[in-house]
Amino acid sequence: MSSVSRFINIGERTNVTGSAKFKKLIMAGDYAAALDVARSQVENGAQIIDVNMDEGLLDSKEAMVTFLNLIAAEPDISRVPVMIDSSKFDVIEAGLKCVQGRCVVNSISLKEGEDAFLEQARIVRRHGAAVVVMAFDEGGQAETAQHKFDICKRSHDLLVDKAGFEPWDIIFDPNIFAVATGIEEHNDYANAFFDATRMIKDAMPDCHVSGGLSNVSFSFRGNDAVREAMHSAFLYHAIPLGMDMAIVNAGQITVYDDIPDELRDHVEDVLFNRRPDATDRLLAIADKYRNTGEAAKKEDPKWRELPVEKRLEHALVHGITDFVVDDTEECRQRAEKPLDVIEGPLMDGMNVVGDLFGAGKMFLPQVVKSARVMKAAVAHLLPYMEEEKKRSGDTSAKGRVLMATVKGDVHDIGKNIVGVVLQCNNYDVVDMGVMVPTEDIIAKAVEEKVDIVGLSGLITPSLDRMVDVAAEMTRAGLNLPLLIGGATTSKKHTALRIAPEYDHGVVHVDDASKAVGVVSSLLSKTKAPVFLDQVRAEQGRLREGRAASDDRKTTPIAEARENAFDGGWDSYSPPAPQTPGLTVIDDWTAADLVPFIDWSPFFWTWEMRKTYPAILDDPAMGAPARELYDAAQAMLGRIVDEHWFTPRGVVALWPANRDGDDIIVWDDEARTTERDRFCMLRQQGTKSKDRASMCLSDFVAPKGIPDWIGGFAVNAGPEVHDLAERFKAEGNDYDAIMVQALGDRLAEAFAEALHHRVRRTLWGYAADEALSNEDLIAERYRGIRPAPGYPASPDHTEKRRLFDMLDAPRHAGLKLTESCAMWPSSAVSGLYFAHPGAAYFGVGRLGADQVADYAARKGMDLAEMERWLSPNLGYTPGRTPAAVRAAE
Amino acid sequence: MAQARDLEQAAAERILVLDGAMGTMIQTHKPDEATYRGDRFVDWAQDVGGNNELLSLTQPDMIRDIHAAFLDAGADILCTNTFGANAISQADYGMVHLSAEMNAASVAIAREAIEQAGLDRPAWVAGAIGPTNQTASISPDVNDPGHRGVTFDQLADAYGEAARALVEAGADIILVETIFDTLNAKAALYAIDSLRDAGLAVPPIMISGTITDRSGRTLTGQTPEAFWVSVRHARPFSVGLNCALGAAEMRAHVRTLSGVADTRVSAYPNAGLPNDMGGYDEQPRETADHIGEWARAGLVNIVGGCCGTTPDHIAAIAKAVAGQRPRKIPAPVRRMRLSGLEMFEAAGADEGEAA
Repeated sequence: MSSVSRFINIGERTNVTGSAKFKKLIMAGDYAAALDVARSQVENGAQIIDVNMDEGLLDSKEAMVTFLNLIAAEPDISRVPVMIDSSKFDVIEAGLKCVQGRCVVNSISLKEGEDAFLEQARIVRRHGAAVVVMAFDEGGQAETAQHKFDICKRSHDLLVDKAGFEPWDIIFDPNIFAVATGIEEHNDYANAFFDATRMIKDAMPDCHVSGGLSNVSFSFRGNDAVREAMHSAFLYHAIPLGMDMAIVNAGQITVYDDIPDELRDHVEDVLFNRRPDATDRLLAIADKYRNTGEAAKKEDPKWRELPVEKRLEHALVHGITDFVVDDTEECRQRAEKPLDVIEGPLMDGMNVVGDLFGAGKMFLPQVVKSARVMKAAVAHLLPYMEEEKKRSGDTSAKGRVLMATVKGDVHDIGKNIVGVVLQCNNYDVVDMGVMVPTEDIIAKAVEEKVDIVGLSGLITPSLDRMVDVAAEMTRAGLNLPLLIGGATTSKKHTALRIAPEYDHGVVHVDDASKAVGVVSSLLSKTKAPVFLDQVRAEQGRLREGRAASDDRKTTPIAEARENAFDGGWDSYSPPAPQTPGLTVIDDWTAADLVPFIDWSPFFWTWEMRKTYPAILDDPAMGAPARELYDAAQAMLGRIVDEHWFTPRGVVALWPANRDGDDIIVWDDEARTTERDRFCMLRQQGTKSKDRASMCLSDFVAPKGIPDWIGGFAVNAGPEVHDLAERFKAEGNDYDAIMVQALGDRLAEAFAEALHHRVRRTLWGYAADEALSNEDLIAERYRGIRPAPGYPASPDHTEKRRLFDMLDAPRHAGLKLTESCAMWPSSAVSGLYFAHPGAAYFGVGRLGADQVADYAARKGMDLAEMERWLSPNLGYTPGRTPAAVRAAE
Repeated sequence: MAQARDLEQAAAERILVLDGAMGTMIQTHKPDEATYRGDRFVDWAQDVGGNNELLSLTQPDMIRDIHAAFLDAGADILCTNTFGANAISQADYGMVHLSAEMNAASVAIAREAIEQAGLDRPAWVAGAIGPTNQTASISPDVNDPGHRGVTFDQLADAYGEAARALVEAGADIILVETIFDTLNAKAALYAIDSLRDAGLAVPPIMISGTITDRSGRTLTGQTPEAFWVSVRHARPFSVGLNCALGAAEMRAHVRTLSGVADTRVSAYPNAGLPNDMGGYDEQPRETADHIGEWARAGLVNIVGGCCGTTPDHIAAIAKAVAGQRPRKIPAPVRRMRLSGLEMFEAAGADEGEAA
């Protein structure tokens, strides 16, 4: 995805010096056709269009003004910014006076000295444009990396210090010159650009680096395959160094991975000047590749001989629309349902495109072409899908779904596919298209009385926009579920940022194939509440599992304490434990724990991010998932039958009361002598008015009302580690990981089983509880068992107190490392809270005021405390004097 | 400049209130041709009825009374009666040569109104610069889309003359308002910045665009974000929206602007959408309810009213935002932003390699 956000394509076709076709049109005064060139550039993914009218036989100024004025009347062109490109400053100035948007000037330089440079820079600044600076000074164009850098640095300082520019509005063009010209001095030109780029980005990280790509391959004019290979390899290596813009002809780059190995090696020898005979060697093989370029790939009949699925993939990767309808039709005739073609070969092909793009081996303009091919294929299938719908006779709409790509984003393939899939399943889809403002989405949702709102987006800023839609849906009082989808969206972002803004269900949908299941669950009166509960539980877990880090304002702790969770102690009497004190569990076997295993995290350990049991029937990973599951069951069988593990655990229930944010544990029911106390941390994030600033101590009654808490530590067995070591020693990594993964699952299962027992008998406040394992996994029971070091009580050092009080080393065979990790590691420990309102939460960012107070309560040195809590600090330690912090 | 510092400080502490509609208030006096002419232009060859800016020369008391009424209602900032006081707009009346005088006189009138009011709080004079009646980005001839009725340089000259007169007369703020074509506004900003070359101290600049219809774009097709990116180089004291829409329709666009602008945000809507007769029916409480909600939502720093808003509206608005915290100005955006009709934003140095 990095290429989307970091690399900017500038269209180069509206340039009379670079495009013979454009020049001919302008010279002939055929501006209508010239506008078509501009339009096609924007359609092909140019994010900025470069306009250059520098031609000796042309009134450049007039041509620039005429063309820019005409562009202003074409919204599909003028939606993107313009780069006004001329070597004549009066042409640039005339151009700047025609454009309402914020332009880029290309270019100015120190060619004529500092005074002229500054004068031009100030005029550009007054017009509000960003600027390209050439690495050119009084002595000429810079050829070495050091000289390029020196000119750029000097230009930067003048622009920032004397002309009022901001660094991020400066784009350096450190000169891409032709290599492999036969002249020895030219051999290092590409290296010089690469090195200069790195030096510029190191010294001036806010500035941009651009270049005219086609120069580098100038000596291979007429051999497009070599030129394309050179361009792609150049970008592939320059972008990671910091080149973030280029003037590019989308038709003159190829897919990096598609370059034949021999050609790529020879091209890279030339670019990196890796051997003295690099040019000769490239020349020697160049002819062999002459007719293998992108253009030739379309003509070359060979790919037409591939199987149809591969042909579709080829067409998608290379953006060839010519045969896509025929190929799609061929697939359709073979497929059971037209939808299978989309979900099968077409999606497979798009996944290849996505992978190449993600790896920086394809560039945005190419991806846009791929999208066009995809759309053509889908358009061909649509009528068949309609027909199928009619034939199946099921025409009554099952519900109405609004779909929109959020404002600022134009990507809609994913959304369109989801829309198609839903329509095929008899849902009414109200598709609002792309770039849809928040307010319009809400107005339409109300007007069309939809049942579900679905948002899509591919680029990163769309994530914020989705948060915004959720917040506005809350403000508008809507109560429809919200679906979130698209390439940059994630379960985590949905859980962390979007779901908290909206209470009526926010569901992340990873891919189109899941959409129908989700929508049907959400529209079923019986399934919806359960489904949403599951989603919320998972989102809650994601929120807890997150390490908060960025510097944000925290609510003063005094204020947060005033906003504490209200336990309703007037009307609630805490239940006394049936079996107070310490209970050692040493008679449970692995067999007792197996029913309590939550299998989903087991698959996640193996990087298979789907939930159990659905993963077993998953179309993509069902087969490997089953294989893994069978292997796990086999080993689990041996663990049970051969008694590999000896689980041990300890639990204790103590009289306790809340004192501020601390929890006092009393010596006995007289509640006069403190045995110890647990120190807890309170949320200091910004809260909407009806949400409390949570702290675990809030779940315990204040002094005067008898209450209790529990503590536990469980160990799946000290053997887990030894077995893993043994397997490893045998070179059997698979079983080593497997035994550890199962050990971890059994430790969790132990904790779950023990909690179950605590609720029903030891504490006994839920003696009648009868829940299935699914319900246990979904935590649909009363009470919680948060662990020190986890989000609700992020201070790991509280484990030391817990282990002391439980005498965990003796009773559970567990000890703590100096960093408070449990050993052996297949273990779980935590506290029990029985309050009906007890729930998991993440403490999140902590303010300096609370941390100082907390360290004092624990009698720990502040700096040490800050180290333990560093993932949660909402401030930079040491920056605020302690005295100020204490006073806050 | 002490005045500019005071203004910044006041804006940090509270939501500032602009005045209401000068044109609407002038209409309540039902001026006729003779009123416009006054004594000085009794023999003027052309009709001058409707030339509101002329009233600053011929009926200064009327204008001063209007200012006084808005001050009394609680306005912190008075906008001068100079919306059309520029060479291009005054050409309709043959009064091109009077535009500088109109600007100077209008600043003086507003200043007098403030002095005479004897307030126990500060108040500022914003020299208003309207859009002119020409557009630099659109051809007046549908068959020749490349043609332009006015050039950037002509606009810059006219704006420059008006701005110079406002600055020299001591305006505390320059308000470039009701922008329907961003290129016009860029010419104005260019001209204002050029005043510095002549050694003039340019006061803080307020910029206010107009979203003309439900498309959510300016007349020349820019989104609010693109509009902001196009004028940000002026480093204005505030950016915002006024006119064309009522508060209910304007909210979404104010919110958008508030999301991208790393400066203060202003908003002064009309008193609702115009009725069939071109009048405005929205009652002070309705307008104020909307604007009060914007304040609570943290969207605005400066509020007021445009067409149809009376001193009663301003009083209600002032009351609705009193004690509310002004919108917090976001940290400056350290990323290159460009615009066509839409905003384009490059990744910044702070953003990691992988998204």
